[in-house]
Amino acid sequence: MARMKFLCDADRCIECNACVTACKNEHDVPWGINRRRVVTINDGKPGERSVSMACMHCTDAPCAAVCPVNCFYTTADAVVLHNKDTCIGCGYCFYACPFGAPQYPRLTNFGSRGKMDKCTYCAGGPEADNTAAEYQKYGANRLAEGKLPICAEMCSTKALLAGDGAIIAEIYKERVMKRGYGSGAWGWKTAYKETIAI
Amino acid sequence: MKKLRLSLLALFAGMFVFFAAAPFSAQAQNTGPNPTALSVNEQKLLEALKGGQSVGGRVSIPDQRAASLIRPDGRSWQDFRSGTVKTVSAIAILGMLALLIVFFLVRGRIKVEHGFSGRTVTRFASLDRFVHWVTATCFIILALTGLNITFGKAIVAPLFGEGAFGALSAWGKLAHNYLAFPFMIGIALMFLFWVKHNIPNSGDIAWLKAGGGIFSKDKHPPARRFNAGQKGIFWIVIIGGFLMSLSGWHLLFPSEGPAEIMFHANLHAIVGALFMAVMLAHIYIGSLGMEGAFDAMGTGQVDVNWAKQHHSLWLAETGQGGGAGAHAVPAE
Repeated sequence: MARMKFLCDADRCIECNACVTACKNEHDVPWGINRRRVVTINDGKPGERSVSMACMHCTDAPCAAVCPVNCFYTTADAVVLHNKDTCIGCGYCFYACPFGAPQYPRLTNFGSRGKMDKCTYCAGGPEADNTAAEYQKYGANRLAEGKLPICAEMCSTKALLAGDGAIIAEIYKERVMKRGYGSGAWGWKTAYKETIAI
Repeated sequence: MKKLRLSLLALFAGMFVFFAAAPFSAQAQNTGPNPTALSVNEQKLLEALKGGQSVGGRVSIPDQRAASLIRPDGRSWQDFRSGTVKTVSAIAILGMLALLIVFFLVRGRIKVEHGFSGRTVTRFASLDRFVHWVTATCFIILALTGLNITFGKAIVAPLFGEGAFGALSAWGKLAHNYLAFPFMIGIALMFLFWVKHNIPNSGDIAWLKAGGGIFSKDKHPPARRFNAGQKGIFWIVIIGGFLMSLSGWHLLFPSEGPAEIMFHANLHAIVGALFMAVMLAHIYIGSLGMEGAFDAMGTGQVDVNWAKQHHSLWLAETGQGGGAGAHAVPAE
């Protein structure tokens, strides 16, 4: 089985936000929730870079470790998914997540949150693949259809890569060798406790 | 002539400096501009971080929290929660239980020495008892639902299955959030009602030196309304209750971001576990551990002989214990 990862090549990202839009459209993500976003660092200064970020599907995921109800599980492809039926919206996963991936629809006062929502790597949830129940809670399950996440698939500059970690690392390495520079695999050290050596 | 020689010398010197420097600048131009020379570098950004900070920038979506890109702190919080919090809680609670069991086996139930006299004296008015039991009920539910957050997935889930555990936890979270408010009010009222009897004084030192009479069957240090041990419990409840309320408030109404939550969640978990351990001792001594003690908060009436044994000065102050049967108070 593959070890699915995301890699954003910041030297290619043009901050078009198409990944954000495609994700919202593909999964009918509710208002106020963004499973993916593009962050621009040093905006307007020389050397600014934009990075598209979502759940990184960490190795030894901190969200799963702190979840008091064990609603997280890791698939055979190393995708970190969660069960909205057991989620109690306590917010702990958001506090533990290094990437700010978990989000909650605000339902009531007293700071109580709804069921957590985050990037599923276009792999749905615990329900049977591509059922209406799964779509309603988690959005489309492209992985079950043999497709990669929509955000990476439609990235116009191919800055955002999704797929088996070893393969996308190889693609990135090749790019860096060819053009002579690369600002690194953003978030990899924090998420996977490793980075791409070039 | 001297002037001309000097200026020629200066010219040669200048030319020498120019040609000597030239090869270096020519070399720099050949490589062309490095497109990443100025670019932001993740490693440098991460190294520059201090605890609680994140690498971030600008986002074009309305949710400004999304502007934080990487916050490595989450990893250390994870370690704290799944390590320290669980260890400290387990040691505090199980340790206290073990201590109480040993104490019960060694010391047994503390008896009213001269037996029940049948005459009682009012120790807690109905309002006192009402506030105590509202706070106590809230505390027990808050403690159990809180323990469920820390240990539920290891203990409750395997016992009752994921589905039941999920439903229980969802209700538990609601109960925890809402019962926090009567609990906080209860703590505040208990402080107002009883603080004047809980100011430490010189009598407490004597009481503590005598070990509260807890290890000896014949020696009972005198005490007023509350002895040093009870004063200790009072201040632990007030300070613990305040810390739980403060941290809980931050968790219910977060306003400053993840670093705030992490700190207060840690405080809430650790203080909560210690609080539970102390309350176990309080529950023990107020029920199983001491004969006649439960009546103080049960009916509010304590036996005169119990009061004489444990709170001799207070009994004298109330004027109801007096001489033998001088002011017999009806039991009901």
